[in-house]
Amino acid sequence: MANTHNNEPSVPAGPEARNPYMQTLRMLWNDKLAFFAVVFLIIVLVCALFGPYFLDDLATKQNLRGRNAPPFDFSKDWPFWLGGDALGRPLLTRIMVAAQNTIFVAAGAVFFSMIIGTSLGLIAGYTSKTLSQVIMRLADVIMAFPSLLLAVIVLFMLDSSVFNLVIVLAITRIPVYLRTARAETLEVRERMFVQAAKVMGASTPRIIFRHILPVVFPTLITIATLDFAFVMLAESALSFLGIGIQPPEITWGLMVSQGRPYLTTAWWLSFWPGLAIILTTMSLNLVSNWMRSALDPAQRWRLENVGKKNG
Amino acid sequence: MLNFLGKRAVASGISFVGLVLLVFFLSRLTGDPTSLYLPLDASEEIKNQFREINGLNDPLLVQFFNYMGDLVRFDFGDSIRRSEPAIDIVLRGFGWTLQLAAITLSLVIVASITLGSLAAFHVGGAFDRIATFFSLVGASAPDFWIAIVAIVVFSVTLGWVPTSGTGSFAHWILPVSVLFIRPFGLIVQIVRGSMITALSSAYVKTARAKGIKNRLIIFVHALRNALLPVITVIGDQAAALLNGAVVIETIFGFPGVGKLMIDSILQRDFAVVMAAIIVTALAIFLMNLVIDILYSILDPRIRY
Repeated sequence: MANTHNNEPSVPAGPEARNPYMQTLRMLWNDKLAFFAVVFLIIVLVCALFGPYFLDDLATKQNLRGRNAPPFDFSKDWPFWLGGDALGRPLLTRIMVAAQNTIFVAAGAVFFSMIIGTSLGLIAGYTSKTLSQVIMRLADVIMAFPSLLLAVIVLFMLDSSVFNLVIVLAITRIPVYLRTARAETLEVRERMFVQAAKVMGASTPRIIFRHILPVVFPTLITIATLDFAFVMLAESALSFLGIGIQPPEITWGLMVSQGRPYLTTAWWLSFWPGLAIILTTMSLNLVSNWMRSALDPAQRWRLENVGKKNG
Repeated sequence: MLNFLGKRAVASGISFVGLVLLVFFLSRLTGDPTSLYLPLDASEEIKNQFREINGLNDPLLVQFFNYMGDLVRFDFGDSIRRSEPAIDIVLRGFGWTLQLAAITLSLVIVASITLGSLAAFHVGGAFDRIATFFSLVGASAPDFWIAIVAIVVFSVTLGWVPTSGTGSFAHWILPVSVLFIRPFGLIVQIVRGSMITALSSAYVKTARAKGIKNRLIIFVHALRNALLPVITVIGDQAAALLNGAVVIETIFGFPGVGKLMIDSILQRDFAVVMAAIIVTALAIFLMNLVIDILYSILDPRIRY
């Protein structure tokens, strides 16, 4: 991660190195952890996009002779290499198919809550006190409103579809971005460049989106990538409690909870999907860390500066 | 400041009433408890009697005003499921949750601020890379999954700690450790990020030029300015813990308010749901107030 920029001077200054894409790829290759994280995420994304179309039959075909088949039995077909579940369905293909719902629910919820939360937070931090108060009280209500009750209500009033779950999770995550964006804005708006922009006659929307947002954004991205893990977890928690995704729809979190009764006899039912969650969220975090330290010129300059002073 | 506190109390009161209103009507949308509590072949007469006793026959609006009327006299109603005052059940559960949250959060704050600051001071060094990696793993791990794996390993296989329940010191170890992991990973990253920014600012250069010890520069000069975003995230994590770590409480059979809430929602025990939400909401409003005061203490430029 952070050692990437140290390797940068060794990049040859030939015409090929000037190409920004090649340079980025080279920097990525230099940081092996981030490189494998990117590769893993691409695999997950491919599974999420295409898995259900090609593997759905394989993943739902029951085979009672293969009930709780142990993993690493390479005499069987490849879908059974990670074992079979309680109905003899191959775990590997099930995980690949479940990637779609898992990723889409988490990505959708993070996307909507970040856009809505950040906009409201910037407005609350910069504009009039009355508006700020209204928005913050709204955040208080959402924060105090139990997400479980919200999920149960949505489940009873509407259907338990993937989209409705995205709505529930997005609503519960709005206050995180809202409070962070507001806190940072409160600090940033006192700085000189904001006053300068104001003096030069910039409009309020321009100050918020062109001057304050870029300063606040890195913190929000950090939170968003970490929040992706939280949302995946929240979805699995709801599925575990029986008020999230309902079978036959499938997510990694639901697979963990479906394997729970067999935990002492067949650990692999819960273990593999849980591992898939960890690896995905870890990769996301690694990549976001790498991007922040290697690709953002302001941050890179800062890192190098501190490194030199201490080194 | 007093003026601010007064204003804040009014504002909190408004959103509090909004919350009570919202929860009261929305929870009623999830269905009538009558058929849940009476046998399938109960006659219509008995069902009506049940509704009459529990006040479910009145129009919703009348029910609401009755409830609010009782509420101002601190009468939260009785639990249908356990026929005892709802507030007693909730306060018992909340006591447990408060202990769990307080223990976990104090450990998290001490550990993550120390580690995050030290990692930021030696950016790119061995310590930084180890701390970053482990905080990444921590922030990425589903506590749900960690909990059941930990039970299999430490309780079933090794037999070191009990699988669930409360009673002794050993009962606290697994729930606290599992709850510790995610907020810890998250906050270490935030501390590290904002400390890097703070350490590259001009006043740190000045402090260094004056020859102040590194320890003082990190924990006195830089930390105070780096804490603003950190406190926001800590507040969010604390709110989540106060709302009850539902999944962890369910897995470990911990009698906290989160488990109580999910049981009551599924059982349509409205009085308990309302009491639980009112109690946790009060706690969270109080905490948010403390956070806002902390902002202005840490950064005097922030005025209310």
